[in-house]
Amino acid sequence: MMNLLVLQLLNGLQLGVLLFLIAAGLTLVFGIMDVVNLAHGVLYMVGAYFIATFAAMTGSFWWGLLLTVPAAIAVGLILELVVIRRLYDRSHLDQVLATFGLVMIANEAVKIVWGTSPLAVPMPELLSGSVPLMGPLQYPVYRIAIIASGLAMAGGLYLVINHTRIGMLLRAGATNRAMVSALGIDIGKLFAIVFTLGAVLACIAGALVAPILSVDTGMGESVLILTFVVVVIGGIGSIRGAFLGAILVAVVDTLGGVFGPILLRSVLDPSAAGQAGRMLAPMLIYILMAALLCVKPDGLFGGRG
Amino acid sequence: MTDAALTGTAGRPSAMSARVQVALVLFALFALFPPVVIALDDPFLILIGTRILAYAIAAMALDLILGFGAMVSFGHAAYLGFGAYAVAVLSSFGIHDIALQILAAMAVSALFALVTGAISLRTRGVYFIMITLAFGQMAFFFFTSLSAYGGDDGYALSQRSTLFGMDLLRSNTVFYYATLGLLMGLFALCHLIVRSRFGRVLTGLRENRTRMQAIGFPPFRYQLTAFVISGCLTSVAGVVLANQAQFVSPAFMSWHRSGELIVMVVLGGIGTLSGAIGGAVAALLLEEFLGAVTEHWRLYFGIFLVLMVLFSPRGITGLVQQIKGSRR
Repeated sequence: MMNLLVLQLLNGLQLGVLLFLIAAGLTLVFGIMDVVNLAHGVLYMVGAYFIATFAAMTGSFWWGLLLTVPAAIAVGLILELVVIRRLYDRSHLDQVLATFGLVMIANEAVKIVWGTSPLAVPMPELLSGSVPLMGPLQYPVYRIAIIASGLAMAGGLYLVINHTRIGMLLRAGATNRAMVSALGIDIGKLFAIVFTLGAVLACIAGALVAPILSVDTGMGESVLILTFVVVVIGGIGSIRGAFLGAILVAVVDTLGGVFGPILLRSVLDPSAAGQAGRMLAPMLIYILMAALLCVKPDGLFGGRG
Repeated sequence: MTDAALTGTAGRPSAMSARVQVALVLFALFALFPPVVIALDDPFLILIGTRILAYAIAAMALDLILGFGAMVSFGHAAYLGFGAYAVAVLSSFGIHDIALQILAAMAVSALFALVTGAISLRTRGVYFIMITLAFGQMAFFFFTSLSAYGGDDGYALSQRSTLFGMDLLRSNTVFYYATLGLLMGLFALCHLIVRSRFGRVLTGLRENRTRMQAIGFPPFRYQLTAFVISGCLTSVAGVVLANQAQFVSPAFMSWHRSGELIVMVVLGGIGTLSGAIGGAVAALLLEEFLGAVTEHWRLYFGIFLVLMVLFSPRGITGLVQQIKGSRR
């Protein structure tokens, strides 16, 4: 039981850092540019397809990962330039429609380019296998590497946002966009940087997770909704909120699926508990979100409406 | 004229009659559709027609809150699902009467809309969009794990619903006209709601929330009521869709479906009711057309959507600009 708990906590943490990488970009885009971007999940999917292609081309996971980054930057810049830039002054409804259109385009384009069958990305040699944790418990090295690199990137993001000039502008932009613009900062350039940064983070998340998932067209969608829940819980525009929200959502989601039925078994008979558990588990995070919003309508760290 | 001026939306006295005129023309075209289909000898078309009518009901119901209440709900497909599963669940217990199924669908939808609406309406703007989307997904996942009704794979219905204990709806043509009757009845209802005092308060809240609050209208209560009404009406469309396909699955309530409903409303012009009906027709015909031409119709539909938003903002969302102007 204890082993299972540790194992699931680690799985939750691993999902959490991935969610954070995606949510960080999304929350900045929401907070600074006030743009609803439904296409953010698409970037996660595209990242996974990129590494699948590049790894197959070069025969190496590492080269694949390295090549994914410039490709992600290109995608982010192009997307911002062609579509997102024109949406800044639009109503949320227009933004929803245009980015919904982007989701349709991207999903279909991926099907055309890469086909409908899922792709597999080979695990890098260096990180395959498992390590013993405690007692008989083993944990895959690759998942530990995901957690470590995710945490490292979160730390890096923290440093950039809190201790650099560009980070200062980001924070200022999230608080008062008009004022930053009035102080002579090129807000257009700032927005392009923010969007591209978010795109790269989401692509990297997709690339990191590719070896342990099958890469297919639906993968962006489930993650997009989870990320929305994370951003709502954490508070729009708050990186710190996104981090805590991501870990919270991921841990609740992971533990709920495993321990929900076990806990229910103490009050219900086993088959009913299994059934109820399976139905309740996927709803847990939404219930968590609803409960939190009743107490704090702006999320954990959200100051603005 | 004076009557229209008194009851109409402020500053748009003639808009009311225009709305009804457009709707009447659409209804007349709908009514003429089955004879044309019989002449063409392609009975499958009548089922497509029924599907369009069902989405017209859903789009109109969404327009009630999107257009008149400025609430961008991205989770409305959930109510389609409640309607569809009301048919599946009740008929598995031997209750085939469509009136009872609609009643059950509305009851479940009202409850869901009341709870999720009460939470969602504490927020506005981006939050509202994301939260309604999240609650829609919650309903989606619930039905995905509902293994008694096929879970992900869905559940085939053994027969169409009955009307007053009779097997009338078995005929595709009768079913089509019954759906058309439903659409016309619900249009009249929505029209009355929009014209009523309640509807004008809702429109007032859209135009200037603070001012309405100041003159004594609590926004929350009115918006929540509209949200619940809209959810209930959308579930009726779900009941029709389940009967049309004789099959229910969680796919009815995926978030793509919610997005498509919004597209329909915007395509026809928001805040006009009849526009939502026209938008449903246009969107589904475009879908059918593109689907017939290429298997990658979503690509072209997506491009169409992006271009529409980027290059004809006033044409499609003139009213949105107004809403936005008052929000800033």
